[in-house]
Amino acid sequence: MTRLLDVENLTLDFDTDEGRITAVDDVSFSLEAGEIMGLVGESGSGKSVTAKALMKLNASNAIYGQNTKISLNLADGPVDIMSLSTAKELQIVRGGAISMIFQEPMASFAPAITIGAQMVEQLLIHTSMSALKAQEVSIEMLNRVGISDASTRFKQYAFELSGGMRQRAMIAMALSTNPKLLIADEPTTALDVTIQAQVIDLMKDLVKDFGMGIVFITHDLGVIAQTADSVAVMYLGRVVEKGPVRQVIGNPSHPYTQGLIKALPRLDDLDSPLTPIPGDIPSPLERPNGCVFNTRCSQFLGSQCSAEIPEFTPISHDHMVACHIYQQDQKGT
Amino acid sequence: MKRDTLISATNVSVHYPISGGKLLGPKPVVRAVENVTLNITKGSFFGLVGESGSGKTTLGRAMLKAAPITSGVVNFNDGEVNYSLSNMSSKELKDYRTRAQLIFQDPYAALSPRMTVRDIIAEPLEIMRLTSSREETDKRVREIAAKCRLNLEHLRRFPHAFSGGQRQRISIARALVSEPKFVVADESVAALDVSIQADVLNLLKEIQQEMGLTFLFISHDLSVVAHICDHVAVMYFGRLVETAPTRELFNNPCHPYTKALLSAIPSLDPDAKNLAQKLEGEIPSPTNPPPGCKFQTRCPHAVDICRRDEPQLESVGDEHNVACHRWQELM
Repeated sequence: MTRLLDVENLTLDFDTDEGRITAVDDVSFSLEAGEIMGLVGESGSGKSVTAKALMKLNASNAIYGQNTKISLNLADGPVDIMSLSTAKELQIVRGGAISMIFQEPMASFAPAITIGAQMVEQLLIHTSMSALKAQEVSIEMLNRVGISDASTRFKQYAFELSGGMRQRAMIAMALSTNPKLLIADEPTTALDVTIQAQVIDLMKDLVKDFGMGIVFITHDLGVIAQTADSVAVMYLGRVVEKGPVRQVIGNPSHPYTQGLIKALPRLDDLDSPLTPIPGDIPSPLERPNGCVFNTRCSQFLGSQCSAEIPEFTPISHDHMVACHIYQQDQKGT
Repeated sequence: MKRDTLISATNVSVHYPISGGKLLGPKPVVRAVENVTLNITKGSFFGLVGESGSGKTTLGRAMLKAAPITSGVVNFNDGEVNYSLSNMSSKELKDYRTRAQLIFQDPYAALSPRMTVRDIIAEPLEIMRLTSSREETDKRVREIAAKCRLNLEHLRRFPHAFSGGQRQRISIARALVSEPKFVVADESVAALDVSIQADVLNLLKEIQQEMGLTFLFISHDLSVVAHICDHVAVMYFGRLVETAPTRELFNNPCHPYTKALLSAIPSLDPDAKNLAQKLEGEIPSPTNPPPGCKFQTRCPHAVDICRRDEPQLESVGDEHNVACHRWQELM
């Protein structure tokens, strides 16, 4: 496998009326071609902002940190995303090398333009295809994602399609430009479980066929377990634990990851009580010092947790955790 | 009606007329709920699950007399009063509103941004004239707020100052301040993060036991229902397809739709892959459904009889009913 994406020290602030808010704080990860990486966390953890940063798609009040480096390796050499500034330069990645699918397929399609016209439009922008060829490719893509009677659907509007079909059309549209990286922001959250299972299968098939990388954002650890190869758990703008999905879910080592798993209602164990993580995610205006999770952590150690930002410690190959408690346990044993 | 039943629906249908159809022909209708019969026992946590469009919200609202009941009977009997919902005076309806309440899905949309939390919670008491003085209202508000783990200091603030979980606790306090007997919770945790969802679920369960409430808990999430409900009904296309005590339903699902729903829940075990029974096909059009079983278009086991006759609920065992022609063969 080849390295597709490298994100180093991604830091992102927003300049708001109430002051400067840190949305993403020193996040690093990488992705291979053909890999699905899950990005998990509660609302407000910064996972969507991180994903949008890969295309510099955040609002104009976003301020990127000095040391932020995002590099995307394409066939004709690496692209330094931070150095792109004009809309024309950014078009190489936005909708070109990187495509994005959103949570709410109804809100993402223009309601008064047919599905087909929208698919053709973006192909004309990003490729040198003729309109006729673009139509052909679009219908073929709709077929590929399992939409029956694709040439009829091509002429329909978003409201004429069911939720699952709309999300498939969205995926078809995102993939028709043949992107190297697909960002999927909660793509199954608005869908029923039976439809969700279909969409998850489809995405796994597509990774195999097209060999692109996927950044899969979700708050549902079950969905991550079924789709992703690796996972990064985010809390209040920081990655607190990352690694291969089996290790992170099988041996969660950060109190936050453990809390997320304990709070999840599980069908295989109806007797165990649901354990919420105490407290609420703090306002980004009141970011805690030290470990960002220290205000809700049940194993809080004291001044160390509230003053020092914990460094990543390897647990096993590739499985990393940023937690003082883990470090101390390691020293003790 | 059984003695310990709080609310029961007997052959309840809710049809909505829609535009279109022939000029002189019959008006087309959407059959949102069709011929549903269920009993909710006093003090139970009754779960109603199904996909979007299955009619679960409409049924829940019909039981609150917030959706028009086209045919059938809903009966409410809490020991003090006995109402038949399709036939009640406006005075009785007013009284019923104090006894039956609704908690909404989206805590961001359900609370007025221009009212303080105190006013939001006090509003039902004032509208229903349940208290005689401001002091009494304040006392009731403080009591219910404490039960829902809201601080006194919270009462002065506006909803925008609260997180999703706190807002949902405010919605719960408002629904419970009139001390209802029956509460419909419509997807009340669907908009919350898992860590907060567990907290709200625990709170609902606690309050239910403390106040002796009966809940109709509407959800699309089977794992949530499995944890909180003692009895579950599964809806598909406006019909009940299976009802059973929770454990029985999860250990021994009989309807192919229930089985598919259960297997579609993503497991935390990455190696449990490919166990899901995939459903193909589409949900039929609500205005023009096929004859026979409504699940036939997606059912992997459909045969001729499924396309001809609509299956009725039949008993599988103690309190366990299923509406499927072939459940015995498929065991």
